[in-house]
Parts: sequence; C-alpha cells; structure tokens
Amino acid sequence: MNAFLALVRKDLVLYFSNRRSVIVSIVAPILIAAFFGSLFGGGDSAPANVPLGVTDLDQSPLSKQVVAAMKADPSLTLTELPGAEAGAQVKAGTLRASITLPKGFGSQSSHALFGGSPKPQIDLRYDPSQPMVLPLVRGLLAEHVMQTVARSVFSGSVPVIADARAQVAADATMPAGRRRELLDMFDDIAKVQQSRPSDPAASASDVGNGPGTLSMPFTTNETQMSSGPEPHYNGYAHAFAGMGVQFILFMGVDMAIGLLMMRRLGLWTRLRAAPLSRGTLLGSRIASTAAIALIIFAVIYAAAMAVFGVRVEGSVPGFVAVLAAFALLTASFGLLIAALGRTPEATRGLAIFATLLLVMLGGAWVPSFIFPTWLQKASLVVPTRWAIDGLDAMTWRGQPFEAAVMPVVVMLGFTALFAMLAVWRFNWEE
Amino acid sequence: MAGACGKTDTALGRLFVDDREVAMDQRMLEARGLRKAYGARTAVADVSLGVAAGEVLGLLGPNGAGKSTTVGMISGLTAPDAGSVTICGATLSADEFRFKRRIGLVPQDLALFEDLTAIANIELFGALYDLPRRTLKTRAMEVLEMVGLADRARDKPATFSGGMKRRLNIACALVHDPDVLLLDEPTAGVDPQSRNAIFDNLEALKRAGKALVYTTHYMEEAERLADRIVIVDHGRVVAAGTPTELYRLLPAAQTLQIDAEGIVDAGSLQSALHAADGVKLAKVDGQRIEIGLDDLALTTASVTQLLAARGIGMRRIDSGRANLEDVFLMLTGRQLRD
Repeated sequence: MNAFLALVRKDLVLYFSNRRSVIVSIVAPILIAAFFGSLFGGGDSAPANVPLGVTDLDQSPLSKQVVAAMKADPSLTLTELPGAEAGAQVKAGTLRASITLPKGFGSQSSHALFGGSPKPQIDLRYDPSQPMVLPLVRGLLAEHVMQTVARSVFSGSVPVIADARAQVAADATMPAGRRRELLDMFDDIAKVQQSRPSDPAASASDVGNGPGTLSMPFTTNETQMSSGPEPHYNGYAHAFAGMGVQFILFMGVDMAIGLLMMRRLGLWTRLRAAPLSRGTLLGSRIASTAAIALIIFAVIYAAAMAVFGVRVEGSVPGFVAVLAAFALLTASFGLLIAALGRTPEATRGLAIFATLLLVMLGGAWVPSFIFPTWLQKASLVVPTRWAIDGLDAMTWRGQPFEAAVMPVVVMLGFTALFAMLAVWRFNWEE
Repeated sequence: MAGACGKTDTALGRLFVDDREVAMDQRMLEARGLRKAYGARTAVADVSLGVAAGEVLGLLGPNGAGKSTTVGMISGLTAPDAGSVTICGATLSADEFRFKRRIGLVPQDLALFEDLTAIANIELFGALYDLPRRTLKTRAMEVLEMVGLADRARDKPATFSGGMKRRLNIACALVHDPDVLLLDEPTAGVDPQSRNAIFDNLEALKRAGKALVYTTHYMEEAERLADRIVIVDHGRVVAAGTPTELYRLLPAAQTLQIDAEGIVDAGSLQSALHAADGVKLAKVDGQRIEIGLDDLALTTASVTQLLAARGIGMRRIDSGRANLEDVFLMLTGRQLRD
C-alpha cells in the first residue's frame, strides 16, 4: 500500500473512531446553527411575536380603537391587564413590555395633533434585558396611535375641527392674514367631512384602509434580493456557514494537538524512522485533515438541507470549490499550530483563542455587515471572512461560479502561506 | 547467509529460518566517531561501534549516557555533528530511503496507535515501507505469531498489558524484515515473564541472522543477550568487548564476603589476606571481610586457614561472580543506575 495513502487512512480511521470528536465536529455545529438560524430569521418569514401588556385607563372610543389596532398587529401578542399586574409580568419576564393609555388619552391626543394642547403621556415599561423590544414597541405604538387619532380627527366623528376653528376665529392676537388662511383650511376640511355620510360605527371598526378614511401615506413592497431566478433566503444558510467554519477549524486544532501528542508519545519519531520524505509526512497530514473537513462539512450541509431547507441557490461547483479551499485552509492552519505549538496543553488554549478570533472577525457569529465600516474592511485580511462570504454567495445569495473565484483564490493563498510558515517553523528533530 | 552484506534483496520470511551459521566477522552496521551536541551540552562526544549479522551488540550505560542519541543518529532520526554510519558500506546520505529500509527501530517509547488494532498497527508500519498489500497481510500475521500475539490481532493495544505492548512494538519494527534491528530500552516497565518472552524473540532474530543493537541500563539484560558490549558514559565509550573481555578488566573475577567475629586488628588482617595465595583484593571493615579472587575453590581454603590461625570465627560466608556493574563501577566510579 502506498505510504501516503496509508498515513491518510490512518488519520481518518483514528479521527472517526473518536466519537467525541465526531460528535463535537458534526452535531454541535448543527445544533448551534439551528439556534442562530432561528434567531436570525430562519426559513419562514413569521414576524417576531412580542408579548405586550396594555392597560387602557381611558376607555374612550379612540383608546379602544388603538388597543384594537394593536391587537390586530401580527407582530404583537397583546394582553389587557391592570397596570400593576402588567408591570409585575414585565419584571418577571413574562411580558417584554407594557403600555398604559392614561385617562383623557382620547381627547388630549386629538387636540394635541395640531400642537399647543398638552399631550397625553403613555407609560411604556420594558424588560431591560430585551433592548431590541423598545424601538419595536415604540414604532408600532406610534404607527397605531397616529393612524387612529388622525383618522378620528379628520373623519369628523369628534368635533376637534369645529373647536379649533372657533379658537382661531376668537384669537384677536393672531394676524388677520394668518387667521384667514387657517379658517379657510378648516372650512375646506369641513366640506370634505360633509361630503361623505357620517357612520360612527364603521369609523370605530375601521382600521384605516377603507375609502374615505385616513391611513399611512405609503405602503412598502418588500422583496428578498439575491441573484437566483427564484431567490429563497434562508436565515439558516448563514448560520450553518458560520458554525461549520467554526467547528471545522476546531477540528483542525484537534488534528494539530493530535500531532503534538504523537510527538510526545514517540509516534512521530517512529514515523520519521521510516523511509518517508518530509513532503509525505506533512502532505499526508494535510490531505487527511482536509478530507475530514470536507466530510464533516458535507454532513453538516446535508443536515442543513434536509432539515432546515438550506439550498445551494448559486453555483454548485462554486460551492464545492469554496468548501474544498476551506478544507485545505483548515489543514494548513492545523499544521501551523502544530509547528508553532510546544506542548499540547499550552497550544490548545492559544489555538482555540486564535480560532475564536478568526471566526468572530470572519462573521461566523453575526454577519459581517453588522460590523463598523472600518472593521468590515479590516476583516478582509481574515481568511474565515472569505470562507463565510463565499459560502453565503453560493447558498442563499445565489451567486454564479465567478463569485466563488475570489474567496477560493484568497483561501488558497492563505493555505500556501500557512503551509510555508509551518514547514519553516516545524521542529523535525525532537 | 541470512542478512549478510552484499545480499541486497530483502526476501520475506527469512526471519523464521532456523539456526544458521552466521559470519561474525562481517560488520553489517558500522558507526564511527559519532558526535552530537545540543547547544553547550554534548550528548555524544565520540562513539564508534559495529555489529555483524547474527550478533547482538549491547549498548550499556546509565540514563543520560547518550545511548538514545546514538541510536537516533544510527537510525537517521538525528543528524550527527560528526561521524558516519554505514550499513553494508552504504551511508545514510547516499540513499536515505534504502538505508532506512534496512533498519527496524524499536523506540524506547511505545510507538503504537492505541485506537488501531494490533494488526492495523503492524500493517500501517509495513505500508510505510511500501510492502505490497498482499504481502503485508501475510507478514503482519507472521510477526504477530512470532511475538505471541496472533490471537490478539483484532484487539486494540489499549487492552494490552505493558509486556504485550512491548512485544507489539517489536513486531511493528520487524514487519518489513530489516537487516538491522535497533532496540532502545525495549523492556522498560515490563514484568519478568514478558521480559523473558521478549528475550526469546530476540534470540530467535539473532539466530535468523539479524544484527541487533540493544541499548539498556540493565546489566543483567546485556549479560544475557549481548555477544559484545559497548559501555558508554557521558557520551563516550569507556569500554567495549565481549563480556569475558570486560570481566578481565576487573582485578578479580569472583568475590568472597565473610561476616566474621573476633577481629581485633583489621589492618594487620587486611595485609595478611593480601599476601594469601590467590587473593587479588582484600578489604576489612569492622567484622566484615571482602575478598577479590580468581579461583574460588583454591583460594577459599587458604583464606579460611588464615582466619582460623588468627582465632577469627566465620558466622556467614557468601561468594559471587563479578558482573558488568562492577566493571562500570571500576571504570567510572559510579553505579549504572546512579
């Protein structure tokens, strides 16, 4: 049997006979990627469902309309509670936030729409451990209050316009020209209100989309953007790329520690006593580590595709090329660690720290577009960034093969660099 | 003749030919003037040795004497600072791979993959020497049978005793049928029964015409196995020869120890013993007498007569043969296991 193949086969058998390593390398990334994938949007487009408490102290038609509109919002799970109970549930973490509509909310908010009148104060209490909830609730509250109050004011179901016109007409301090313009505006609104039949019941149940009522002055047409003919974003795709990269690098560290252990146990000496070139000894180690990395990544992606709906929307050859380049990168990274390491114990800690830095800066935990601009540019010198970007491009972004070329070239460049450094620093004699 | 220089083939199965005459004058392995230093520390200062086919050369010395470094240089693991190693006249630098194929190394550490079965370990090491797949299977079973582990072929070394692991370690070095076997402390941590089994294996290899270099700091092992012994200390050869030649370096080949009673004048008695027939050395310490002599039967009588004449009684008398420990002690002033 060829010595090179015998050494590769030996490494594969040893690695896959170690159940702990296999479990850590395959099951752990799948579980963690599933978790991160679900956090970052997963495969379905169901919106976040924020449990929110509401206390309506006003009980006016307008406050009831606001509560009804928020109940109808799919982003919220609304529960009407007394104020103290709502506060207690936020403290306990059962509710993410609670709002209290104060007495007089209906009339005060209608008059405050034109300024000058005192504004009602809505109490908003939120869980400090969920900071993302605050802007979400604040935004949804603004949307529903604005829609409801504006519709109420301009639909004529409450005499706000008439009251305002009377105040302006009686205001002797206002310049005559200015007074005239405002009175004309109020008269025009009154004409519009009189031109449609008044139907308070319909107004109360209307959520703002019927003809003749007020609503948000725009809608959005939201489209997922990627290059495939039928792009299908899957939040798990990025999570699996990131976690796969992380745990395969951990596997590379394990292989490096294994080599250091071989040295300690005298096995490396024994191998060197055989008629083998340095190229065979180190090359077989690179080949076996790369093969293990490819097998593990294949299994991880098989699970991602079978269970989590991840798809290679772009070039399949490009996807394979990125995986292969990353597998080689992992192997040379492991070899470099083995070359620089002295003892297995000391090396393991440093190697894991270096790996965590690489995956963090590579965007494995959170997408790199969240990074500050300077860090987005700086992290381009991190090879894992290219691995994850390459995998993202070939999976959910649906990019063609050409998009894989640069990541592959960069990763192969790093592979060559790491391998050269490893050979240079490798201590051949014990 | 099995294993002789000039025979370039490595015909398999040669290990198990029965007793053959082996030409002892034909050096299979020759090391000359080996020297190795690590920074300011000199591990091997000047070591030369040679071993013929069918011969066991014992490399004896205390821990740190430079034995393993010497083996490392002979096997091509460590580049010597000076000196040369040849196997049948061929040097390592001329054809490293061919050189290494003629050597089987049994390292001091157990060089076994614990998660591979015994036979998988042997097949792996055989594959490193490019044995054809079909031959490899046959050879692996042959060497396992030789070391008495054929029935444990499918078991992993993790389940083996220390002695079994040592035997498997030797089997891994034999699978490619080397001409020269380098054994670096191969019985470290082994029980007496396993040690005897290993010695039986090595004696079979010697009969099969292999050239063996056996490093140890146990003088009993060297005395039992070695045809010739090289004693090293602080990286230098302090003595070399057959065991008989080495014993001749001692002033006396045998010893007599007597626990006496009634010694009054130790100095006078010691002088008298020195003058007695056949006595080479005499030392009186309190009521204990130690005497070095060449012929126990002749000298014992004259010693007992001398003691009786002086009114000295003997409570206990022991005799012994000088050993390599005595040789080492005489040459270096230290015990082998210091």
